[in-house]
Amino acid sequence: MTTTYESNIVLSSKEYDVLGTRPIRHDGHDKVTGKARYGADVYPTGLLYAKWLRSPHAHARIKSVDTTKAEALSGVQGVVTGKDLPETLVEPGVDRTVTLGELSTDLKYLREGILARDKVVFKGHPIAAVAAVSPHVAEEAVGLIEVEYELLPPVLTAPEAMKDDAPIIHEDLETEELGESTGKISNVAQHFQHKLGDVAKAFEEADIVIEREFNTSTVHQGYIEPHTCTADWNADGRVYIWNSCQGPFNIRDATAEVLDIPLGQVRLTPMEIGGGFGGKFEPYGEPVAALLSKKTGHPVKMVMTRSEDLECTGPTPGSFIRVKMGATRDGKIVAAQAHLAYEAGAAPGSPVSAGAEAVFAPYDIPNMLVDGYDVVVNKPKTAAYRAPGATNAEFASETVVDELAEKLGIDPLELRLKNAAKEGSRKADGVRYARIGCAEVIEAMMEHPHYTAPLAGPNRARGVAVGYWMNAGLQSAANIAVNNDGTINLTEGSPDIGGTRASLAMQAAEVLGIRAEDVHPAVADTDSIGWTFGTGGSRTTFATGWAVYEAAQDVKRQMIERAAMIWGVDKDSLEMERGVIRSEARRQVTTQRTAGTDRYRSVLHHHEEPEEPELSMTFKELAEQLNATGGPIMGRGSVDPKGVGAAFAGLIVDIKVDPDTGKIDILRATVVQDAGKAIHPSYVEGQMQGGTAQGIGWGLNEEYFMDKEGRMANNTLLDYRMPIAMDLPMIDTVIVEVANPGHPFGVRGVGEVSIVPPPAAIANALHRALGIRIDRLPMNPGAVVKALWEQSK
Amino acid sequence: MPTKSHVQTRINGENIEFLCEPRQSLLECLRDVLQLTGSKEGCNDGNCGACTVNLDGRIVDSCLVLGVEANGSEITTIEGIATPQGLHPLQTAFLENAALQCGICTPGFLVASKALLEQNPNPTEQEVRFWLAGNLCRCTGYDKIVRAVLDASKKMGASV
Repeated sequence: MTTTYESNIVLSSKEYDVLGTRPIRHDGHDKVTGKARYGADVYPTGLLYAKWLRSPHAHARIKSVDTTKAEALSGVQGVVTGKDLPETLVEPGVDRTVTLGELSTDLKYLREGILARDKVVFKGHPIAAVAAVSPHVAEEAVGLIEVEYELLPPVLTAPEAMKDDAPIIHEDLETEELGESTGKISNVAQHFQHKLGDVAKAFEEADIVIEREFNTSTVHQGYIEPHTCTADWNADGRVYIWNSCQGPFNIRDATAEVLDIPLGQVRLTPMEIGGGFGGKFEPYGEPVAALLSKKTGHPVKMVMTRSEDLECTGPTPGSFIRVKMGATRDGKIVAAQAHLAYEAGAAPGSPVSAGAEAVFAPYDIPNMLVDGYDVVVNKPKTAAYRAPGATNAEFASETVVDELAEKLGIDPLELRLKNAAKEGSRKADGVRYARIGCAEVIEAMMEHPHYTAPLAGPNRARGVAVGYWMNAGLQSAANIAVNNDGTINLTEGSPDIGGTRASLAMQAAEVLGIRAEDVHPAVADTDSIGWTFGTGGSRTTFATGWAVYEAAQDVKRQMIERAAMIWGVDKDSLEMERGVIRSEARRQVTTQRTAGTDRYRSVLHHHEEPEEPELSMTFKELAEQLNATGGPIMGRGSVDPKGVGAAFAGLIVDIKVDPDTGKIDILRATVVQDAGKAIHPSYVEGQMQGGTAQGIGWGLNEEYFMDKEGRMANNTLLDYRMPIAMDLPMIDTVIVEVANPGHPFGVRGVGEVSIVPPPAAIANALHRALGIRIDRLPMNPGAVVKALWEQSK
Repeated sequence: MPTKSHVQTRINGENIEFLCEPRQSLLECLRDVLQLTGSKEGCNDGNCGACTVNLDGRIVDSCLVLGVEANGSEITTIEGIATPQGLHPLQTAFLENAALQCGICTPGFLVASKALLEQNPNPTEQEVRFWLAGNLCRCTGYDKIVRAVLDASKKMGASV
């Protein structure tokens, strides 16, 4: 069933039996026949439907909430408001911190984001929710709730919010300055700095210095399945939740924290997930549905509308970025400085620290100074989005690197290769790299025929950019049970968002020498597997993969022990390779009888021919004997791996731009990425292509178009314009494999980094096509025409 | 006075009658009333195509059709594409070409692609992209979906 294309190349570094092949994914048939059950496909008996009441204002005090009329409507069974959520302060003004995905947040902000109590801080901020017999009745009832507001002026961008006279969004938010609390109340939650070498001196000594400012718009993850959850507060006090999420344990724990109940009281069952890209790590409806279920005695389902999803769930931040880079005449980058101000949205916690780590990470630069600012604004609280923080930052730095190359008269990839980060290079945060594939990615781009292919015709040009993402490790657990037919049941806790059942099953199969098809992988609920951090940070195939590897090794050890016992030989004389267990020793039944007990003798008997040339059994043959020789074998793996492999990707893109309308068309795209080891190359390619498409959307069209009052004017998928099939060409891929020394199979994460290069690569191509440099995202037709107009002045 | 209307349809080759409120969309009827949850709600305003079904030979966003409007019509949903004998070649091609990641848009793409190949058994890449422009996929960048449809077209042509 293997399908390969010339346009998809794997530069494989090490061959395996199962890894690197392309089996049909285990959940595939369910997903092409409509049988797979996603978040909203849950219909427990007695189900009620709930809807939110949301603030029409971006910044206002709530003076009163009157739910009387809503409660009186026929078919309404329960109403909750912010007052129904318990206060969980550990001391006045101080709340617990909870970790959610790649970001962490103060519990107070989480709780107030779920249902506002005194103040609304973004348009769409939930205030109340109604459970009723149908979604239509719930919607009608929501319209009957009366809220009195005192309007406050909204502040919508980081530079505005940082002004001394800006309206204050959180009256108790003290600015943290370089790790110290300042006592100053402002919209700047945090300012931090990374410093390496002496940047001022290095700029003085540089032959060329370029400094530019950039603005990027808020964009959304845009998964096709809106947020949804169903909760049932059971009569025994347990809270059952079914939802669509990336982090079942993250959301279980956060929901328990918000409800102020022990986390074990909640059981979260992750249904199939319809995309997430970082946006499904936080609870939005779960605590609300749980409270409504407790109130009504019925299970309660909540499904966001698309507009709610766009206006009220974590987008990724808009940002203001200043980048300054200096190089010598021969193309050595000697100094780099960045100022990054990211919009956190309505509560602190933007991914600016990741942006600060990423901004110059593809390069070995001796002198760096990076300042990061986490700034609250009256927009929805941001959440992770595929390499959160990196795309904004590297759009800026990769544009400046391109300008350096242009001014120095050096090929842009040659300049990048000359300065490429390698093993031992320090990032801005001071951390040294282990073995990485940055140079190998750039070399593969230079060698690819696309880079040197002729590109004829007016207003057409080629651009390149590279990108870095850190990837994540964190905790994962896996269990394996051996079936008597030689197949195995693999239980793990990572929701499968893009083929990870396959990439995990394949790692187990490789260890045990069985086929990927002999593994039955299942994503468990939170009662049925050890704590597993969510599917995000490109971590599932890496970290859960490692847990699966350990579980498979555990099975292998036990299988060897069982075979030794059956054969009556020393287990150290056994080895298991490619699914066959062999012993160097000949059968020593007479001396080693003590290894077995009487009831196993009949099983042992047929092996006792003295002429047997060697002791050998397949995995399956041994599996058939397990019940008769001591019972089932189960393996377990539990990991918290530290050897996370940094990821690099590069994009070569050809564009055609219409100078009259400003519209940019993508003609050809080739994405190169270091996977470490591509377990299932088709799904690695899929991540590379999907990330590239999202990066193209971010670069060309996507933005939150906010009016002055802080309302999103384009809150549908017609107006929030994500790429459609017509917008894109085939996206060719090259998988580079520079093994990650921190994983048994060399795996790096592959999910995120491909989103980083496209905006800069397109901007760099646009410069070559028309001579204009765009300093803002998106580069939509209006922005291109404006830049052309300014150029002509 | 009754609050629900009686609707007679033929869905995936079977005569099916149901009761629905006049304000319920066909998508709601399929999912909430008939438990045919293969059709997905992605936007509920006709912009994503995840709820695509075939209604009397035309593909429609079932969120934009009222349940009562379906009276007397013939509907094919994702649940009606495979037969007891096996998967439709498009479904096989989607699996073999890894044309799905999260899979939430897949039912809509399959229903739409099947209608394309029925009208145009040998589409070009551009024709596939144009036909599928009403179906959003956020995971794949469309590359493997387009390949899968072209692959199915080739294999279906070869088997005739």
